[in-house]
Amino acid sequence: MPDNFANGTEIEVTNLNLWYGENHALHDISINIPKNSVTAFIGPSGCGKSTFLRCLNRMNDLITSCRTEGNVGINGQAIYTKDVDVVDLRKRVGMVFQKPNPFPMSIYDNVAYGPRIHGAKKNAIDGIVEDALKAGALWGEVSDRLNSPALDLSGGQQQRLCIARTLAVKPEVILFDEPCSALDPISTSKIEDLILELKKNYTIVIVTHNMQQAARISDYTAFFLLGDLIEFGKTEQIFESPKEKATEDYITGRFG
Amino acid sequence: MSGKNIREKGIQSLLFLSGTVAVVALFLLCIFLFREGILLFEDYPVSSFLTNTKWFPTASPPIFGLLPLLLGSLIVTAGAIMFSVPLGIAAAIYISELANPRISSILKPVTEILAGIPSVVFGFFGLVILAPVVQRTLEIPTGQTALTGSIMLGIMALPTIISISEDAISSVPRSIKEGSLALGSTKWQTIYRVTVPAALSGISAAVMLGIGRAIGETMTVMMVTGNSAVIPGFPSGLFAPVRTMTATIALEMGEVPQGSDHFHALFAVGSVLFITTFIINILANYVKRRYRFNL
Repeated sequence: MPDNFANGTEIEVTNLNLWYGENHALHDISINIPKNSVTAFIGPSGCGKSTFLRCLNRMNDLITSCRTEGNVGINGQAIYTKDVDVVDLRKRVGMVFQKPNPFPMSIYDNVAYGPRIHGAKKNAIDGIVEDALKAGALWGEVSDRLNSPALDLSGGQQQRLCIARTLAVKPEVILFDEPCSALDPISTSKIEDLILELKKNYTIVIVTHNMQQAARISDYTAFFLLGDLIEFGKTEQIFESPKEKATEDYITGRFG
Repeated sequence: MSGKNIREKGIQSLLFLSGTVAVVALFLLCIFLFREGILLFEDYPVSSFLTNTKWFPTASPPIFGLLPLLLGSLIVTAGAIMFSVPLGIAAAIYISELANPRISSILKPVTEILAGIPSVVFGFFGLVILAPVVQRTLEIPTGQTALTGSIMLGIMALPTIISISEDAISSVPRSIKEGSLALGSTKWQTIYRVTVPAALSGISAAVMLGIGRAIGETMTVMMVTGNSAVIPGFPSGLFAPVRTMTATIALEMGEVPQGSDHFHALFAVGSVLFITTFIINILANYVKRRYRFNL
């Protein structure tokens, strides 16, 4: 398993187990995720990749029957200890969801939401919104109608708005949970370009069902199956010379 | 035409008839109410009805001034809204967002049972328990005041407000709430900055329907508000007896000769009441329709 990354390690997970009630959904996951790169999680439906992703910003806390054991560290700081402020963690580890989920308010207010709740100064917000929309590759399309409702945007634009909204709180890590599964090919390629751009400044983890997408944009790939992390390595290695039989079978389309 | 076809047609017509019964009933009711009400204005000028400040139906000549009754209804309803809206919305937020599922599965049906209690029972409770308390705490001559009516009506409007607001709040998609939490907002920030604003049109509909319920309520207000037809001051009028439109109709209808001016005056009051609740219901439906999500 690689752990000497060119840019260093951002996320360290050791022996993470997760249960939904009686169902043991993640088994002893240990993985190091590199800084300023794109790491893709692939695997068939129900393999635990999204569940694992949601461990990294503790979104699973919202599910009452969910219980975790093991350690997750972000930038050297354990996130499952008692004294951790979940609100602060989620500010550091942003998330973009499967379906675009803009708030039913204006484009401007969507992006300004995060900075506002974190107490940004009123006169700084215009600048933050503009920067975030530019970084989210949406500014050119919306700069003249910042006050129109976000729900009037197309699906792809809504997803880029959600990315901009996440960028506005200045996270260290951005988690993408199948961000393109509800989008058409053109919107998908815009999001992919954006992700490649973002990795210069952020650590990106992306769950995807689309193996071409993983191959196109990720530097590292992890393959999950039935709650186990089967194989993790450089994307070329995983796709060209997988070490595990199961990985090879999945990638060559024998199941999934 | 085959027998099967005739049966199909027959069933369809039968269901069509059932479907239109309510509409026909409403239509007939309107005609009857307005026709009887308008007859008042053959003998009594509309302007006096709308502007006179006194309701002396048995004086000679009689005075049929709508204002004391209309304002009586409004002050009682306003009082009810002032306390039931914040309480109802807070309860709805608690049930749908904060309570653990076991507690909300008890609370929700219980609030709905509250809606099924007959209004005379509320009235009795208000008269025997609440009115003396109001009188003693405020040290006023009688406990049968607008305030007493407001409190009782507020309690009666609560189930409507809670139940419809709760539906609106819990229909806000989970994905939106998660989006807010994932940006590092607290549960409470998510509730008051995202969830409640997103449910606002449903909540407004709930408030409208609650107002409609309060304005049209008769038995309870008649029993607890003292029924004196004077124009209430504000806010001092809250602590004095008032007479609402509904109570007036209920109290006087039994004693008037059919076809007299007084009889028609009561129908005119009824028409005003009908129009008021009708407008409120239309507004409620209008705002309610706007809150559907396409997510």
